[in-house]
Amino acid sequence: MSVDLSQFIPSFLEESFEGLELMETGLLNLQPGDNETIHSIFRAAHSIKGGAGTFGFENVTEFTHLVETLLDEMRDGRRDITNKDTEILLESVDCMRLLIEAARDDVDYDQAKVAQISALLSETLGDEQSSSNEGEASSNIDKPKGSGYHIKFVPEHSLAKTGNDPLFLFSALAELGELTIFANTQELPALMDIDAQELYLSWQLTLHTEVEEAEIIEIFEWVEDECLLELTAINDNSADSGTDKAQATDEVEQASQQPDTQQTAATEAVVTEQVVSKQPEQVIDEDNSKVAKTKAKAEVGSIRVGVDKVDSLINLVGELVITQSMLSELGTDFEMDKVERLTSGLEQLLQNTKELQESVMRIRMLPISFAFNRFPRLVHDLAIKTGKAMELVIKGEQTELDKTVMEQIGDPLVHLVRNAADHGIESNEIRLANGKPEKGTISLDAYHQGGNIVIEINDDGAGINRAVVFDKAVEKGLIDAGATLTDSQVYDLLFEPGFSTAAEVTDISGRGVGMDVVKRNIQALGGRIQVESSLGKGSTFKVNLPLTLAILDGQLVKVGSETYIIPLISIVESLQIDNKLINRVSGDMVLYRLRNDNVPVLPIYQLFDLATECTEIHNALLVVVEADGQKVGLMVDDLLAQQQVVIKSLKDNYQQVAGISGATILGDGSVAMILDIPGMIHMALEKAQQAQLVKNNGNTNATAEVCL
Amino acid sequence: MNIQAMAEDIPVEGEHSIEGVDFITSGDQYLTFLLAQEQYAVDILCVEEIRSWERPTKIPNAPSYIKGVINMRGIIVPIVDLRLKFSIGEASYLETTVVIVLTYQSEDKSRTIGFVVDAVSDVLNVESVDIKPAPAFGGCVGPQYIDGLINSEHKVVTILNVAHLQKVEKHRLHS
Repeated sequence: MSVDLSQFIPSFLEESFEGLELMETGLLNLQPGDNETIHSIFRAAHSIKGGAGTFGFENVTEFTHLVETLLDEMRDGRRDITNKDTEILLESVDCMRLLIEAARDDVDYDQAKVAQISALLSETLGDEQSSSNEGEASSNIDKPKGSGYHIKFVPEHSLAKTGNDPLFLFSALAELGELTIFANTQELPALMDIDAQELYLSWQLTLHTEVEEAEIIEIFEWVEDECLLELTAINDNSADSGTDKAQATDEVEQASQQPDTQQTAATEAVVTEQVVSKQPEQVIDEDNSKVAKTKAKAEVGSIRVGVDKVDSLINLVGELVITQSMLSELGTDFEMDKVERLTSGLEQLLQNTKELQESVMRIRMLPISFAFNRFPRLVHDLAIKTGKAMELVIKGEQTELDKTVMEQIGDPLVHLVRNAADHGIESNEIRLANGKPEKGTISLDAYHQGGNIVIEINDDGAGINRAVVFDKAVEKGLIDAGATLTDSQVYDLLFEPGFSTAAEVTDISGRGVGMDVVKRNIQALGGRIQVESSLGKGSTFKVNLPLTLAILDGQLVKVGSETYIIPLISIVESLQIDNKLINRVSGDMVLYRLRNDNVPVLPIYQLFDLATECTEIHNALLVVVEADGQKVGLMVDDLLAQQQVVIKSLKDNYQQVAGISGATILGDGSVAMILDIPGMIHMALEKAQQAQLVKNNGNTNATAEVCL
Repeated sequence: MNIQAMAEDIPVEGEHSIEGVDFITSGDQYLTFLLAQEQYAVDILCVEEIRSWERPTKIPNAPSYIKGVINMRGIIVPIVDLRLKFSIGEASYLETTVVIVLTYQSEDKSRTIGFVVDAVSDVLNVESVDIKPAPAFGGCVGPQYIDGLINSEHKVVTILNVAHLQKVEKHRLHS
């Protein structure tokens, strides 16, 4: 039997991070006297400590131990739950996360911060210790002053099988005070009958310590159900203690010999395995550079999938198998009169495949609470930092979203929430003066709408002052002073890069710190963002995202002999070209007059260097697309069907291609490229600049020649 | 046509013995193929499959030797014409033109690419001592692509380095 502990490390890490989240949520909701919450926080910390100890993450164990001690005091009611302590605990949770992440990636961590927090913790604990000693001094009088305990520990034979090791327990006990161990070997069977995995020993321990009984019992917490444990306090009798001591020295000698020889029979297996299992790991460490190791770790993610989803998947596969066997039976001796059964079978197959596809997609869907979880903490911290009272209301956290989208939407959401807290919510005094409740409310809401998910970030703050934004935009030269804009057009100005620096925006009551980045990130996910606001009442940012990045609604177009897919979301309109509206301006740049706009025309065949018969613009169709606020008309030969396509990466076996965001497989099995509209616009701009450069160089050469 | 009956006729090692066929192998096995009149070989363990030529979907602005991508059971596989890449012979696409799909597992990832060749010829068993270094006297194929030469009867076969073949050069995306 060989147990490679390292294989459990990923699940330990996963559970630890979950535990940390649980602690954080618990701490944020912690009210004095709420024992249930304290217990759950304590349990989370305790499991992290236990796990970290098993896997040898000593930093984590040590630090968590401090946290645990503080929590323990709160749990036992020896310490009142104060805001100050909660803050320290919250900071400690951050530290623990830091430490565990450092252990995971095998990198150094911010030692100064950890040291600072652990000093804070020790200080807090020290305070408590002195006060509690004073407090308990009276109660200690009537108790016999416990100078130690006799512990009788008779584990069940199967103890070692459950992963518990008495050695760990004893070393934990030894930390509490002076420990002497006597192993009882009476039950040890003859060598032939020994099962190496069974534990036959029992122990008599004497612990000289000042700690309380509860702390000792806590050490045995994990094995409580699997052993007989008797604790008797040693009466502080000098005569007794004398004999105790004499006995103790005997025992020490015995203990040091006996466990070495006999106890090892039971535990050696486990110990050697640990040693063995560690060695290959180290070899690997030397082979691979650390960078590669961390990278590999970062890339491999795992998701937890509900059993119901897996069950439905299995059901569907079952149905698929039935359909398949039906079809193959039909195929063995097929005659024309069975054609009807064949068509119905194929229809069934189509149905099965579709459902299967949906089911598989659903596996990647996670409730958005994974992304929302960090916001209570964020708002809590912001409230302290800004000195404004505010609360966070979360709705629709069970709404499901693709994992990849979730990972990428986190940062933009943080930005929006921070903005709402920073600029949206007014200070307490202003709120009261305006007749609003003192406490500001920020709400996060997620819901499905069509094939999209909508996330709303709403605050009941000051709202956006349209006039100020407008003036600012004029000042920046983004719009004309005389321009007439709708409200939403004005709010869209907030996402202009010019509005992005904090100093400029905090002057006005609006917002806009890095909003252009937020918008770009959301657009990169194929989504869009809208702003609604009413002055004095608050504003709402509405983020509209596709449910998944793996499937896209596309318009198939034909250029020459190739088929391309344009993402439907970026298409503004498709039109037949009217010759009269084509203008060639400023040196052969082709513009198409679309109502009031002049849209530059991009011939795809030129950009992608393709052969096509449709080189004349008046024969072609124009698909007007928009990206980054720039409209362009893509010249295509023909419009084909609209359909959902599954996005496949070109990078896996090839590399990123400019102007192409990926590929897909069409119904006939052929591959079609998906156009990357922003990329294409960028390409066209670059190409134009290059052409200009070449032309200019040509000109300078020409003039030089003339001069000569 | 009964496929099952056909499948039963295919000899399986240890089950049937067929005269003249030697199942016992020693050394490494290489798949040899033709580019124009020259023989080349790749490690057979890298060969994913051999396909007949089909017109791939073009990749915009790719170099001429990258013919495009095809769909291989749901995986997008780029197709490289080795004759164009090495400038050997003419790049004509006939019924005998085949694509050898190679998968190479490097440290961080595996890459699957199809290579167009004129024809697939044989499988060779080669002891590593028989592989001789290629003299560096030019030739169209860069030395980094060549692992060595082996003599097969009266011909010389060039063993290609799959790891190097699989490297997609960062080409200028639009010239």
